[in-house]
Amino acid sequence: MSQEYDVAVVGGGVVGCAIARELSRYQLKVVLLEKESDVGRGTSGKNSAVVHTGFNVPVGSVKARLNVAGARMYGELCAQLSVPFKRVGKLVVALTPDQVPELEKLKATGDRNGVSALEIIGGDAIRRMEPNISGYAALHAPTAAIICPFRMTIALAENAVANGATILLDAPVTAISGKAGAFRITSGQGTVRSKLVVNAAGLYADHVARLAGVRRYKIWPCRGEYLIIDKARSDLIHGMIYPVPPKGGSGLGVHLTPTIDGNILLGPSAEYVRSKSNDATTAAVARTLMQEAQQFLPALNPRDVITAYAGIRPKTVSSAVGGFGDFIIEEAPELPGMLHLVGIESPGLTAAPAIAQDVAQWVGLHQPLQANPAFHPERKLPAPFHELPTEQQASLVAQDPDYGQIVCRCETVTRSEVLRAIHNPLGVHTLGGVKYRSRVTMGRCQGGFCGPRVEEMMEEELGLPATTMTQRGPGSWLFAGTTKELRTACAPKL
Amino acid sequence: MRTEAVDVAIVGGGPSGMAAAVAARRAGAEKVVLLERGEQLGGILNQCIHDGFGTKVFEQALTGPEYAQIYIDRMEETGVSYALNTMVLDLSPERELTVCSSQGLRQINAKAVVLCMGCRERTRGAIRIPGHRPAGVYTAGVVQYYMNLRNLAVGRRVVILGSGDVGLIMARRLTLEGAQVLCVAEILPYPSGLARNIVQCLDDFDIPLYLRTTVVEIHGRDRVTGVTLAQIGPHGGIVPGTKRLVECDTLLLSVGLIPENELSKKARVALSPVTGGPVVDDHLQTSVPGVFTAGNALQVHDLVDYACLEAERAGASAARYAMAGRLPAAEIAVRPGQGIRYVVPQLVSGTESVDFSMRVVSPDHDRYVIFRRDGHELRRMKENVLAPASMLRIRVRSDRFQRGAGELTVEVGA
Repeated sequence: MSQEYDVAVVGGGVVGCAIARELSRYQLKVVLLEKESDVGRGTSGKNSAVVHTGFNVPVGSVKARLNVAGARMYGELCAQLSVPFKRVGKLVVALTPDQVPELEKLKATGDRNGVSALEIIGGDAIRRMEPNISGYAALHAPTAAIICPFRMTIALAENAVANGATILLDAPVTAISGKAGAFRITSGQGTVRSKLVVNAAGLYADHVARLAGVRRYKIWPCRGEYLIIDKARSDLIHGMIYPVPPKGGSGLGVHLTPTIDGNILLGPSAEYVRSKSNDATTAAVARTLMQEAQQFLPALNPRDVITAYAGIRPKTVSSAVGGFGDFIIEEAPELPGMLHLVGIESPGLTAAPAIAQDVAQWVGLHQPLQANPAFHPERKLPAPFHELPTEQQASLVAQDPDYGQIVCRCETVTRSEVLRAIHNPLGVHTLGGVKYRSRVTMGRCQGGFCGPRVEEMMEEELGLPATTMTQRGPGSWLFAGTTKELRTACAPKL
Repeated sequence: MRTEAVDVAIVGGGPSGMAAAVAARRAGAEKVVLLERGEQLGGILNQCIHDGFGTKVFEQALTGPEYAQIYIDRMEETGVSYALNTMVLDLSPERELTVCSSQGLRQINAKAVVLCMGCRERTRGAIRIPGHRPAGVYTAGVVQYYMNLRNLAVGRRVVILGSGDVGLIMARRLTLEGAQVLCVAEILPYPSGLARNIVQCLDDFDIPLYLRTTVVEIHGRDRVTGVTLAQIGPHGGIVPGTKRLVECDTLLLSVGLIPENELSKKARVALSPVTGGPVVDDHLQTSVPGVFTAGNALQVHDLVDYACLEAERAGASAARYAMAGRLPAAEIAVRPGQGIRYVVPQLVSGTESVDFSMRVVSPDHDRYVIFRRDGHELRRMKENVLAPASMLRIRVRSDRFQRGAGELTVEVGA
């Protein structure tokens, strides 16, 4: 069975989901194919979670245009989609006088890119703003903001679906044939036919292009590891603290970033790896990250680290070349009708909504765009229970007794909120999917108490047996079977 | 919001909470209410289907649920009222509790409060094992819940990190249920669990225990496919040439327990950085007047009997406070000396006999635990075997405190 679409988007990262949502403004049949069991599982979910202002991208580049445009859209977009967004500002800190010319260069670049309110401040001003940070001078970017990238990606996807787009999960693309007006895409969820294809496959954009016969792209995976600092230390910094970017480096340097949930991120490293799936963390990098961060923040202690994660940058430049390539957003001449988005590394999260507008324009070159009269830009979620004042909590419980059942003790997540996450519009039925939507299991105990309860609720609500439950899709099984089955199956030597 | 007044409010319906509630009633408090987050009373005992509970107090080896039932019955007998599926969202230093359940939010004003929230397990994040983040990394208590209460097997080939008691108990359970427990790795040079559990849960099943060994990397993208074990040298580094890959589908963590004190922090109760629980006096009163604590929220116990004895003291003190509005001042500071990691309580009044709980720094044998006030010996107690895994509980009679002045020190000596 095959379905007919106007546009097929390959890849459910923040860029792919922003595109699906943007295209749902128009009378277009849109399908998004994602290889994982949820959206935002790749680079989109594993980064610094920052909306950049655009002072460290080259003047005149595609990156600069889309970064600045995207950053301007975020405030309104987050309000529409009920995604938390905070303008905490950023300091790029020079530790010594000889780094000041670098700050001036960054400011000049930012000014020319159209970033507002950039200012170079002295050591005293730094201490007034951030009493725990010592530096000689700093570039202050007050409009820099933080968000939660996986909630953003989920929100875009859910709003796209609400406006008529189709999202297919567990749908790795294995073949692309045909031409403009008549593409055939074979995926883990069957074959779809589409007039146009958008390759938003992130790390795998080169692979997806090759499936369609376009061999001009090459992506080098460059891993970035992060440490997460306990919420108890959240008062150490108020805004983002960045170093002067390392010359010829592959990243922005190890920085300190407050998260929307009150932790501090420390990282990332920048290390080219052989495999695109190698997002393992390492003990060696964890030590280096801590040492580098302590240069700015001596009060930081290795014991403050609660966990680590790593993401992988899709680089279009090899380690031998170094530095950054520009975003590639183009239709390859050998295959019209397919748009490739290649090398969407930092500031890809920031640029995503602007990239989506560019893609819509491109679609418009191939077929006329007519507004979707049913398009509704908003996805309203009630505020998290734990953030509400007691009186409002009381009235919620009075209306819906499920609000009175606290499932996750550490994060105070209610049964009502877990039920909403279980019955999510994308139909994601993994423990991880419920976690990212409701914050259950994300607290101090990491699911020691609520993990089993959430799993049991999923069995009841979805009518699935425990033995089919996974952490994040096929392969990540939670149970080998029931205890009695195990005894027969493993038949121990007696 | 509804408001009600009680004499003593108990937070947590595990063995300590129940023991405290019963003791508070018996000591004369009229209105005692116990608040439990879970669906039933008994706390973590409900998933402990093995026996061995109650040997000190009841002189028999009970299972967890049997032990819990004793206190559930006593709650009924003494007329303690309790609420299940009920979580305390907030506690003020003035002992106002904000309580949430499906029946609604309400405020309870208590003359005295006993905090019995128990403890939680240390997780992978807390010990920072590098590598991938696959499914199949479980804490021992979660595996115990799934296996004993839901008949679910978490894996077939299991490596256990940490030799805490729950991990040892689970090594035996997993083996009996047909899983293969490949080894237990312990980073310390000695086991963290009780000696009897090493014998009954590992030795009896030929499960190797590797000391000075830890997991240095987790492998597998979707599900655990193996772990790298390595020996750790005396200064904390990996001993070169000792790394080896063990293929397994499950890593079970038994790497320590942390007293649950989020609510205590809200009430601005002072916590000890060593125990992770509140600083208390010999009435088990915290730094906030009228707020008491006992059980694993105060300090991680190895035996439920001792947790309950402690809780009975806390419950009785809470009743006294609720009726009299105050308790004798406790001004004698207690300090751990040579060889002692911590002592609870940290303050004593000197007017009543005190049961001190303590743990030693390192294993030893045939030594004395000595209590002193400025050079004067209050008590010395011979201990044949000293192990950090075994909490010591030693009573000092009230008249002994008069033998010296100033702070009291406890040390291991000859």
